[in-house]
Amino acid sequence: MSEINLQIDGKEVVATEGMTILDAAKSVGISIPTLCHHEKLEPYGGCRICTVEVEVRGWPKLVAGCIYPVEKGLVVRTRTEKVDKIRKVLLEEMLAHAPDSEELKALAQEYGADRDRFEKHPSFCIHCGLCVRYCAEIKKKNAVGFVDRGSNREISFIPEIAAKECWDCKECFPLCPTSALQAAYVLAGALMTPPEEAHSGGCGCSCSCGSAPEKQAG
Amino acid sequence: MDISKIDQIIDKHDGEASSLIQILLDIQSEHNWLPKEALKRVSEKLQVPMSRIQHIATFYKAFSLVPKGRHQVHVCMGTACHVRGAQRVLDTVQEVTGVKSGETDSDLKFSVETVNCLGCCALGPVMEVDGKHHGNIAPSQIASVLNNCE
Ligand code: SF4
Ligand code: FES
Ligand code: FES
Repeated sequence: MSEINLQIDGKEVVATEGMTILDAAKSVGISIPTLCHHEKLEPYGGCRICTVEVEVRGWPKLVAGCIYPVEKGLVVRTRTEKVDKIRKVLLEEMLAHAPDSEELKALAQEYGADRDRFEKHPSFCIHCGLCVRYCAEIKKKNAVGFVDRGSNREISFIPEIAAKECWDCKECFPLCPTSALQAAYVLAGALMTPPEEAHSGGCGCSCSCGSAPEKQAG
Repeated sequence: MDISKIDQIIDKHDGEASSLIQILLDIQSEHNWLPKEALKRVSEKLQVPMSRIQHIATFYKAFSLVPKGRHQVHVCMGTACHVRGAQRVLDTVQEVTGVKSGETDSDLKFSVETVNCLGCCALGPVMEVDGKHHGNIAPSQIASVLNNCE
């Protein structure tokens, strides 16, 4: 594998092909915040908290450090005014959804994000997809998935699968950056329906969406 | 629901996972919704996890996880139609069908939905019934159009 020389925050870094900016930064002890990144999972690039500034042929550009591959001669800056501002606003938006997440609160402190800037919309989930991807990629159970889209997107367990698989696993719980609460909450609802009766979804209505057991739990 | 019909649809697409959306569309037009039994079958035969099917089926507006009426009525609420009286069109449609936007009547005859711009603003206000556009529609004409539906 060929060596690639680049610069991160003024430091000369030697990386190998296939590494991301995040990997390269880590190798020299420069930390970039991440939320949706997980070493064992496929690259995702969903949360953008790892945004850094890179210079490509003299032009600055903002990229997600966890997925951007290292290039020869790349100049990376991980803490510019612009980068910090982007991270701050992203955190403020996420805090509207998960105001009590310890991980978010710690980052908020570092970036001066105001927890109350946006109207609260406590869905707990920040759509990092860690639970969904972990279940699909590592456990290969696909017990949890996303439903709906845009700001209405939420996670939903498939009750039949959850009732069989989740109780003894729960490995996704500690991954959730907004505390395991949300996952536990939804899961509890899903498990309330025994598999034989689960044909009508978890919500007790006659539709067949198989979703939204969490609505019932609330 | 006839599961062999579902199998036929799946076979028509050679059971390819890459044809998932096309298969769901076919089931949707056959039944006017996506019954859970059908989705289970698709999941098994295509080897696509239910979580992914659920994600897709809830992502696109073309799919419904609850039964829909035999006739789809879309009232355009886009800007151009709005200024030309879309609200009165909608009110009348709701009155004639007896259901609000997003709902289906108990005889499964009509499903009413509002949309934002059907792409033919010059015809506004526009009502679309089963894919047929009714441009420049006056509230007084709506009852007769809808009563023509079986
Ligand atoms: S429930 Fe938690 S882990 Fe799952 S997508 Fe939402 S924030 Fe991420
Ligand atoms: S950590 Fe890079 S986009 Fe989420
Ligand atoms: S606004 Fe109704 S067709 Fe464009």
